[in-house]
Amino acid sequence: MSAIRFENVSKSYDGQIVLQNFSMVVQTAETKVILGGTGSGKSTVLKMVAGLVKPDSGQVLVEDEDITDLTENELQPIRRKIGFVFQEGALFDSLSVKENVAYRLRENGVRNEKEIDEIVREVLGFVGLEDAIAKMPAELSGGMKRRVAIARALVGHPRILLYDEPTAGLDPITSRAICELIIKLRDLERVSSIFVTHDLKSAYTMASEFAVLGPHGEATFVSENDRFCLINTRFLMLKEGKVLFEGPDETLRSVKEEYIQEFLS
Amino acid sequence: MSFIYQSVYEVQEFTLLSFRAVTNLFRKPRYLQDTLQQMDIIGVGSLVIIVLTGFFTGAVLALQSANSLKAFGAVNLTGQLVSLSLIKELGPVLTALMLAGRVGSGIASELGSMVVTEQISAMRALGTDPTKKLVTPRMIATTTMAPLLTVMADLFGLVGGWIVSFYALRLNTELFWTTAIRSLDYNYALEGLIKPIVFGFIVGMVGCYFGLRTTGGTQGVGRSTTQAVVTASILVIVADFFLTKIVLELRP
Repeated sequence: MSAIRFENVSKSYDGQIVLQNFSMVVQTAETKVILGGTGSGKSTVLKMVAGLVKPDSGQVLVEDEDITDLTENELQPIRRKIGFVFQEGALFDSLSVKENVAYRLRENGVRNEKEIDEIVREVLGFVGLEDAIAKMPAELSGGMKRRVAIARALVGHPRILLYDEPTAGLDPITSRAICELIIKLRDLERVSSIFVTHDLKSAYTMASEFAVLGPHGEATFVSENDRFCLINTRFLMLKEGKVLFEGPDETLRSVKEEYIQEFLS
Repeated sequence: MSFIYQSVYEVQEFTLLSFRAVTNLFRKPRYLQDTLQQMDIIGVGSLVIIVLTGFFTGAVLALQSANSLKAFGAVNLTGQLVSLSLIKELGPVLTALMLAGRVGSGIASELGSMVVTEQISAMRALGTDPTKKLVTPRMIATTTMAPLLTVMADLFGLVGGWIVSFYALRLNTELFWTTAIRSLDYNYALEGLIKPIVFGFIVGMVGCYFGLRTTGGTQGVGRSTTQAVVTASILVIVADFFLTKIVLELRP
């Protein structure tokens, strides 16, 4: 079973082509890093997985179920499987951090305050932000907002996570912290994901490090080496709605495409 | 040609959104908490400006009409003139215009900011229908609060008219209030209450519509807000004409 599958998807906005005959597969527990410049159709891919944007032609399958022609109501059970981390977080600024994270629980009809509090503390603990529980989004820094957004996406244990430039515009240390979270989810929780970015450093971190559980149950990060090569993260490069490259990071660096070389340099 | 196409398209989208907002009333989930909160923001929040608008409109009406009525020796009818013009026309229309400025713009800019910061997308991704959570509560709030606010505007308008009549025109208090109240019948009162229901619906829905179709970042939010206020104001005035015509036709 594949987690996400695109088959010959095309999309254009007002005559401008965003995706052209785009096909790809994300396997279960795999992370697909989508690279590409601004306007290359990366964000559109993510929105299609969650059914927020409909393709003009072609099919989108989530866990082998065709979601292309589903209505908003029919999409609800699909969206429950998916956690979406938006660019800049997209936290509801009228709600506190706690209510943002608890949003999905309340929407799903959980009324038990104690249970809600427990789950919220657990996911905020995972992203290391228990202290911010009572704050409003406006009081948070950019990096904290992204982490709260990840926490909000994690509620309900989605099997698929979609990250829209989670490290864009952040300092290296915060970016690193966010990458580690995503690696933990990939390796320890076996979540399938799409990681859209133009931040090469984060992309390489994702492709070269993996998380293992230490003796006391804490996650430690190990780099791949001569004996071990990470295969659950693959790259995909988009340019003007077309796939320029797909494969592991090792081959990406050796491709002799002009645009790719320019992008990587 | 593309202008006509664009206009027809906008009317279609607006109608669809309104239709969904209304049919949401009969579908679960219902967001009671959000609805009450919007009623508070829109109703209670607008009270002061509505009272001020009503008061000074009534006052200036008394001042102006007494001046004209004097020519016919009919200053005694000032109360009647103030109450009829206020309750049938000026109360509903001015309340709606003030709401378009204060509430329509607020709704459009709030929803518009939510669109450009992807909060609407996030809401959908988290399994909420934004028309249920955002549009319907605002529609209910404006449609129910507009008539109540209109009643306040009418009341304070009459008080304003009376104060001017008493202190500036030296009219008899009892005379003012008897002519003001006698001239009213249920038909007029009904007309004065049906209008603000329609106007409230227009202000709320136009605000939501322009807010939700915002594109183009913060600049787009400003544009949507302006469009919402202008469109709502014009629609209110146009609707007022047709409603008045309909009421006049139906009157026995």
